[in-house]
Amino acid sequence: MRRAIDTITIVIVLLLAWQALHQIAGETALPGPLPTLSYLTGLVQTSRFADNAAATALSFAFALMLAYAIGLTIGVWMGAHYLSGAVGEPILVALYSLPKITLYPVVLLIFGLGISGKVAFGALHGILPVALLTMAAIRNISPVYLKSARTMKLSQAQTVLTVLFPAMLPEIVSGLRIGLTVTLLGVLLAEMFASKQGLGFLIMNAMSLLQNEEMIAVAVLLFTFAALANALLLWAEHHWHPRV
Amino acid sequence: MAHIATIRLIVIIAAIAALELACRTGLIDHRIIVPPSEMAATLIRILASGTITGDIARTLGMIAIAALVSIVLGFALGLLVHATPRVRQALDPLFATYYAVPIFIFYPVLIAIFGLSLVPIVLIAIATAIVAMIIATLNGLDRVPRVLSKVARVHRMGKLATAIRLQLPAAAPYLFTGIKLAVSYAFIAVIASEFILAPVGLGRDIADAYADFNNPRMYALMLFVLVVSTVVNMTLHALDLHWTQQRGRGAS
Repeated sequence: MRRAIDTITIVIVLLLAWQALHQIAGETALPGPLPTLSYLTGLVQTSRFADNAAATALSFAFALMLAYAIGLTIGVWMGAHYLSGAVGEPILVALYSLPKITLYPVVLLIFGLGISGKVAFGALHGILPVALLTMAAIRNISPVYLKSARTMKLSQAQTVLTVLFPAMLPEIVSGLRIGLTVTLLGVLLAEMFASKQGLGFLIMNAMSLLQNEEMIAVAVLLFTFAALANALLLWAEHHWHPRV
Repeated sequence: MAHIATIRLIVIIAAIAALELACRTGLIDHRIIVPPSEMAATLIRILASGTITGDIARTLGMIAIAALVSIVLGFALGLLVHATPRVRQALDPLFATYYAVPIFIFYPVLIAIFGLSLVPIVLIAIATAIVAMIIATLNGLDRVPRVLSKVARVHRMGKLATAIRLQLPAAAPYLFTGIKLAVSYAFIAVIASEFILAPVGLGRDIADAYADFNNPRMYALMLFVLVVSTVVNMTLHALDLHWTQQRGRGAS
């Protein structure tokens, strides 16, 4: 309850700050919250918005599936096989903190300007956190769990399903949560550069046409979507792992 | 430990060699990826010609400014928030969500407000980096052992002396984690902004080379950015690890 009030307070403070910035920056540079929101309600009904949102959603969905599939595979492999993990982890950490945008032209040259380039670039962002946290989840399983599974004479399948999987779940879910947000960022960055479709393109296009209302409306919409998706997954994390 | 590092080095060298071989034998089209040796050779030539020295200085300068402002201001804000528990509690949902939203999509908004200059780049980089420093400061202050404030009382130390001689050193390892993240985030944000839209800078150079189909130059600049960022990140990471190990020994 208290948390809900805090969240509402933050949203109100952010809206007030936005209004204040609007007063300082002026009507054309930064439209205020109310005109933007009324513009947004009009915008979401247009087919232009629907097409671009669908393009982003499709790229995002494919990128996320790839990021999860590859990330979990690498994570399980490096978590289960000690030497691979020890050799590979610092390499993954180093790749994780690179400005991956510099690699986008390579992705474009390999996959082309279409949807596959966007999917590949989004997945490239998401794979690393998923892999790193899955690996950590497996490594952090307390040996005592395995010992008690042996004491209770659980079969291999029972051990995996009732002991290992629940023990790993919370950390894997946080990997999936971070993976989701960085994959979305990857897809949007790809759309902002050399793309003719998607919400990222819509923002850049609105900027070059000096349609600031549209630019801010789309940015706020994406902001809200990401915040809600994150809140949902955070809730899932706490729900499965109330001790944290 | 030593042989793991050796294997890692072999894996990295093997990967580069495989790429070189694939490019040289034509397995990978020269128009898609140029061989790593050629990237390095072109990079050395460009660096020696001095044509990108200005862009390097500007980009690294902006990263330094953004990181420095984020670290100093983030630390100050962290102290302030830590001192007022009610505010801190209220800000908790914000901190939990901050890195989940693509802050970067507001870069075009900043351009609309401030125009196409270096100001939006520095601002978006600060916006990306500062919250990591605030969170790290809060974490660090949380973990200052209670016993230290008792020691301070026993020795009748003043507030300032306690802060500087006890709390700061105790929180330092956590603060360093914040510094590491702030530098890395500032780096990513500056390069990304330059790449998407900027008047000058290394990121802009790469995007231009891509648009001109000048692959040798593009790959050379890319190599430069990746090497610099890896060296910076790895140095900070090694220092961080060193501190963490020291902290572990101190506690046990």
